[in-house]
Amino acid sequence: MADNNQWQEISEKGLWSNNPALVQLLGLCPLLAVSGSVVNALGLGLATMLVLVSSNIAVSLIRKTVSDAVRLPAFVMIIASLTTCIELVMQAFTYELYTILGIFIPLIVTNCAILGRADAFASKNPVLPAAWDGLMMGLGFMLVLVTLGAIREILGSGTLFANMQLLFGESARSWQLTLFTDYPGFLVAILPPGAFIITGFLIALKNGVDSHLQARAAAKKEKPVKGSKRVRTTGKIA
Amino acid sequence: MALLRISSPHTHRALGTGAVMRTVVLATLPGLAVLTYFFGVGSLHNVLLASITAMGFEAAVMKLRGRPVWFYLRDCSALVTGVLLGLALPPYCPWWLVVLGSGVAIVLAKQLYGGMGFNPFNPAMVAYVVLLISFPLHMSQWAAPLDIGGQTPGVVQALQQIWLGTSIDGYTAATPLDTVKQNSGLMLNDLYLQDPVLSAGQFVGAGWEWANLAFLVGGAYLLYRRIFTWHAPVAMLASLSIMAFLFYDGGSSTSGGSVLFHLFSGATMLGAFFIVTDPVSSAVSTRGRLIYGAAIGVLIYVIRIWGNYPDGIAFAVLLMNFAAPFIDYYTLPRTYGHKKSERATRKVDQ
Repeated sequence: MADNNQWQEISEKGLWSNNPALVQLLGLCPLLAVSGSVVNALGLGLATMLVLVSSNIAVSLIRKTVSDAVRLPAFVMIIASLTTCIELVMQAFTYELYTILGIFIPLIVTNCAILGRADAFASKNPVLPAAWDGLMMGLGFMLVLVTLGAIREILGSGTLFANMQLLFGESARSWQLTLFTDYPGFLVAILPPGAFIITGFLIALKNGVDSHLQARAAAKKEKPVKGSKRVRTTGKIA
Repeated sequence: MALLRISSPHTHRALGTGAVMRTVVLATLPGLAVLTYFFGVGSLHNVLLASITAMGFEAAVMKLRGRPVWFYLRDCSALVTGVLLGLALPPYCPWWLVVLGSGVAIVLAKQLYGGMGFNPFNPAMVAYVVLLISFPLHMSQWAAPLDIGGQTPGVVQALQQIWLGTSIDGYTAATPLDTVKQNSGLMLNDLYLQDPVLSAGQFVGAGWEWANLAFLVGGAYLLYRRIFTWHAPVAMLASLSIMAFLFYDGGSSTSGGSVLFHLFSGATMLGAFFIVTDPVSSAVSTRGRLIYGAAIGVLIYVIRIWGNYPDGIAFAVLLMNFAAPFIDYYTLPRTYGHKKSERATRKVDQ
């Protein structure tokens, strides 16, 4: 059915060229609000990814039975029920993280990245590619979220992987790295303006890498071919 | 007797950006001198460090952007940003605070938006606010003025405090704005008698009134040189005075302080003549400048009295920087020979 290329293309799009956070700029609300530390970012990233994969599967399964006119309400219903499930799971197993993330877990319903993927991809593709797309988009979103969380945590409180026990149990308490002792804390990095500024820098970095790669590819292409149409009137003609 | 014959045009050329900026720096010198006299070398050190690092950041970004470095450094706009930031920061604050501030001002607030002339916000004020919300502890410690501390910290002591973090004992004192804000239960007259800073001054508190007067002198010089028009600063001072007058209530324990108190304390004069008049981030039409300045004056009073921070110049200026394009849009002057423009008031014909 689907060849190797398709899987690769889906992953490349989700992780890089059509990354929900850096290129589509979807789901900015949780991206900016809860990425103050790695553990928050990872928690919300995992939850979003789970919802995204399962909603893509569900939407893909019903894509032939739901008519165009009612598809959006149907998708939202599916996403909402899945989000409720995730919320209950988090409440049961990671209660403290659940209280920290608060309103942003139910708000996964309104994350445009999820509805966007349901409408743009899952409703037009079979189950397996849809699931893969959900996984890759979710992973792309989570990677950006965790990167942002790490940068903000380092700048804002001078630590990395603090409070990981909220997600991975008591043994993870010792994962905390204190990078600077006696760090005064650059609070603006934790506050919303810092999130906007650092996201801007990440987007700039991605665009910079892209244009660098493009320039390199173009330079490769323009290698002069030996023995091309070179006109000479004297000397040896190649 | 031969008269020297000079042909027209007789007007001089307009000042270039560099000349304007250098005049502004010159006009801050009386204020800087007074601050240094009353609070010691802290402010002087701040200004020097902030200017040097601001120029350094400017040069580095220009290099990165592939622009001629010297050409852009020569317009001295980075120098002005550095000087204003240095004046605004508390004396004897740690060196990294100053360096971080000038970095934020030049790189984030100015160059990321496109450099000189493109920044929607006043760079020095952006840096000040970033530092204020990030490091409230360091930013709220102001040095005690000369008249109550006996003497200001020596140069060696000051450098040790700034670069090594060895703190000087008891060099800080609450600023007059802070004292009045924290006041609960004392009549204003009693507060003036009781507080060391307030009682050592004539009407605002030791050092502060003189610093503000010096900035007023600098501002008057700039007005005389026609670096800016009078509209924005006068509107700001007037609206601040009106607000202070309305809520003075005769000096009770809940009084916000007298008109003179508000005009000559905190950063009022520095703000009025050096920040509000920023040609890039303020409104540009004449009527617009009046509105812009007046709104800043009201906001300053609101933040000083009912806000969380003792002084509110930076926040007020940034808020109105947001609004400046909007103000300009609605105060567009009538073009000669045309009807008055009806911005957004006219019904669009279908």
